[in-house]
Amino acid sequence: MSDSLVDEHGHEHPKHELSHYAKRIYAIRDLLLEKGVISDKDIQCQIEYQEARSPVNGARLVARAWVDPNFKARFIADPKAACAEMGIDATAINEFVVLENSEKVRHMVVCTLCSCYPRPILGRPPDWYKSFNYRQRAVSDPRGVMREFGLKLPEDVEVRVHDSTADIRYLVLPCRPKGTEGWTESELAKLVSRDSMIGVMDALPAIPQ
Amino acid sequence: MSAEAGKFKPGDKVRVKFEDRPGHIRTPWYIRGKIGWVERVYGDFLNPESLAFGRDGLPKKTLYLVGFNQRDVWDKSEGQRDKLLVDIYEHWLDPAA
Repeated sequence: MSDSLVDEHGHEHPKHELSHYAKRIYAIRDLLLEKGVISDKDIQCQIEYQEARSPVNGARLVARAWVDPNFKARFIADPKAACAEMGIDATAINEFVVLENSEKVRHMVVCTLCSCYPRPILGRPPDWYKSFNYRQRAVSDPRGVMREFGLKLPEDVEVRVHDSTADIRYLVLPCRPKGTEGWTESELAKLVSRDSMIGVMDALPAIPQ
Repeated sequence: MSAEAGKFKPGDKVRVKFEDRPGHIRTPWYIRGKIGWVERVYGDFLNPESLAFGRDGLPKKTLYLVGFNQRDVWDKSEGQRDKLLVDIYEHWLDPAA
């Protein structure tokens, strides 16, 4: 790796020492550009597309499901159609499944093989979701993981961990927090954290208004 | 979600094959050889073990949601009713008595 910012291909590279994987990805990028498979503009558009998706989408869906039982039924029966109804583009997901939590059942999602995640609904996964530690412990010690996120479940609650190893993308529909009767949809959406839709914790508690 | 094919139906007991081979295997190690039950039939999907190598993914493989008791997988579980649910393609499953 040369010290200059611009190497012989004319592309900018970070000045600090890169990891093995970073070097590999830059090399692949340079080759794809050199061979004309993709353009700089394609890369920029893709970065913008990835960054535009965020847990705000999921929070809107969950808040709507909390206030509208008919929407909730549609969201569970046909999640992609329910997304379209809300103007959220979930077409990139092959199959989308919503897991409804209750007082007696809590769901938690992991991908032990890589980092499968409902990106159109939640954006990019957090780093911990991709860590070996989470991927290993989510399946073998889910209650321990939940405790670290601040969720202590009674023994009689059933924990259902979904390992998304294939074409299905899962989103947890958390329970509506107590004390939120009469709240508007947009107020409720603020309680729907990203982590509650992965299932490692509940939605945020209601803070008296 | 088409569910026209597939030799297993919800409730059937299944054992995950204990196999190892190189390639883009979507069946995690920890679940190989374990016994569970078919929770849901997701339908037929292009085979990722073929797609990953630039092939056509055909013939399609039926994908199942397979349920396991946590205590059966790890020999221990904090919650006695806790479950592990894994998406597994049919060619990785055998019927279990």
